[in-house]
Amino acid sequence: MTPSETLAALEPQRIITLTHQAYHPEHILSLVEKERLSFEDFCALLSPSAEPFLPQIALRAQTLTLSHFGCVKQLYTPLYLSNACINQCLYCGFQARLNIPSIILNEKEMVDNYKFLAKLGFGHILLLTGESPLLAGVDYIERAIILAKDHFPFVSLEVFPVSTSDYIRYAEAGANGITLYQETYDKTLYRSLHPKGPKSDYSFRLEGPERALRAGIRQVGLGVLLGLSDWRLDSAFLGYHAFNLQQFYWQASIQVSFPRIQPILDAPHEIFQVSDKAFVQLICAFRLFLPQIGLTLSTRESMDLRNKLIHLGITHISAGSNTRPGGYTRASKDPGQFETQDNRSLSDVIHMLAQQGFDPVLKDWSPFFDLASKST
Amino acid sequence: MFTPDPLIIAGRSFASRLFLGTGKYASADIMKDSLIASGTEMVTVALRRVDLDKPDDHLLSNIDVSLFLLLPNTSGAQTTEEAIRLARLSKASGLPAWIKLEVTPEPRYLLPDGDATLRAAEILVKEGFTVLPYIQPDPILAKRLENVGVATVMPLASPIGSNKGLRCLELLQIIIENATIPVVIDAGLGKPSDAAAAMELGADAVLVNTAIATAKNPVLMALAFKQAVEAGHQGYLAGLAFSIPTASASSPLEWISAL
Ligand code: SF4
Repeated sequence: MTPSETLAALEPQRIITLTHQAYHPEHILSLVEKERLSFEDFCALLSPSAEPFLPQIALRAQTLTLSHFGCVKQLYTPLYLSNACINQCLYCGFQARLNIPSIILNEKEMVDNYKFLAKLGFGHILLLTGESPLLAGVDYIERAIILAKDHFPFVSLEVFPVSTSDYIRYAEAGANGITLYQETYDKTLYRSLHPKGPKSDYSFRLEGPERALRAGIRQVGLGVLLGLSDWRLDSAFLGYHAFNLQQFYWQASIQVSFPRIQPILDAPHEIFQVSDKAFVQLICAFRLFLPQIGLTLSTRESMDLRNKLIHLGITHISAGSNTRPGGYTRASKDPGQFETQDNRSLSDVIHMLAQQGFDPVLKDWSPFFDLASKST
Repeated sequence: MFTPDPLIIAGRSFASRLFLGTGKYASADIMKDSLIASGTEMVTVALRRVDLDKPDDHLLSNIDVSLFLLLPNTSGAQTTEEAIRLARLSKASGLPAWIKLEVTPEPRYLLPDGDATLRAAEILVKEGFTVLPYIQPDPILAKRLENVGVATVMPLASPIGSNKGLRCLELLQIIIENATIPVVIDAGLGKPSDAAAAMELGADAVLVNTAIATAKNPVLMALAFKQAVEAGHQGYLAGLAFSIPTASASSPLEWISAL
């Protein structure tokens, strides 16, 4: 069995029951104190019955985060390399059907952005592209990694899934992590939201993290786009996916991100609002279920909420983000992939962290941990 | 059993038996004050966190090397080779040729890989490093490491960050009993009383990070650990009245065997 096979064996109806049934208050309270939570326990924490105990759950999440990660927060910067994309995700601001002009950074533009961001002090860059095998394919991404490694010890990717052999190329070029959101684990919904392009292949995407880990990438980030579907159901599947990857790939570091969808332009699909309260509940439930994994929050979220959530479970945050391709060195009015809500600069975020009692970590990696360094 | 007073490691003497980590602190200032309050003379730093090319590195520039011996560590290394390369880089950049050897292939509990650690230790000792390996409380591994020439062994009390204290007591006792080099109990000591208990067992020193760095008042906690380590060590020296199976009795009992 592989993690994606175990995931496929999970009955959606059973998860709906587990995440929506009524639990006795005593049971929920016992989970707050329990040391190793089962998947069923996690589902109970996601259920409506856990809501009244959010303060207790949040306190436990805070304690666990503090003991495993201490008073530090990891910072990273995203860089959008290209918005060219042949997919048509119904919820995306870059999507092909809106006829947004393609911007694909050339090598000089990449390096200008790298230099700019490295000079600010970042040691971890996340490179993002849309999916365009012709305009910004594997060769292009591989080159972008190689150039980035001159400026950043840790390079991660948020790009379309590829084959194991292409992941090996990324790993050998110096990529250390990949982020690949399944968007939703509801297969029927997935198909309707991704009508065209390679992204319509649900399984190829689902198995992407395993291929990357087999290829020698050490860190994998998972996520769902919160708001596409019932968050309880999708979060349960996401937790199960993360848990299983951890069991099968015990040397890998698994992370989970929490992108909440923002209504962008005239999005033609239904949005299931995820309230702030629900958002806090699900982040805390993840922390209790998987105490040692990194939990990431991007600048999609407001400054106020980010300031609060770093106290509960979030360990990794981006700062000073620009979601337009090459947007750090290039003035542009084109829309980004999403609107950032927290527009503070890196130094503002560092200042905020200090005020809240956290030390920023900008470098947390040695080049000797790179697959690329093994052959030298 | 290794017991000289003061503590001597690789020919260097240490007045304090408390070693501190530098991760997880809320700020560099709090870390600095905690180091001072603890009275420590040995401070460990994760090489992956520092930029050895930068003289003003955030972490390194905040550690006063006139007060503490800086002990670089290889945390984050998953293999023998990664740890060795980190150690060599550290030495080449002018840091002390002391290394806290950590090879932790799984990122959840950060448990050390004994086999990979032993191989790395053997090579680094030959290269002239003073090696302090982080290990699981495995008495056989501790002896093997001793045989290849490490300066101490550093068995964990319980997993890093767990604050659970001496969960592996029986095995730690055997390691201490058998050791001819200092035994430093590392990881998992959550309270000053855990540190005191470790010292009462006969540990030569303890290393503490999370419990101090994440306390509400880290400076006060550093002081509490200092006192606990001293009390525990004195308790050990004084000869606890119980739990010392080979201790000599308070009045001669030869007459019993003459019966
Ligand atoms: S979400 Fe990504 S894959 Fe989908 S259309 Fe937008 S850029 Fe392309």
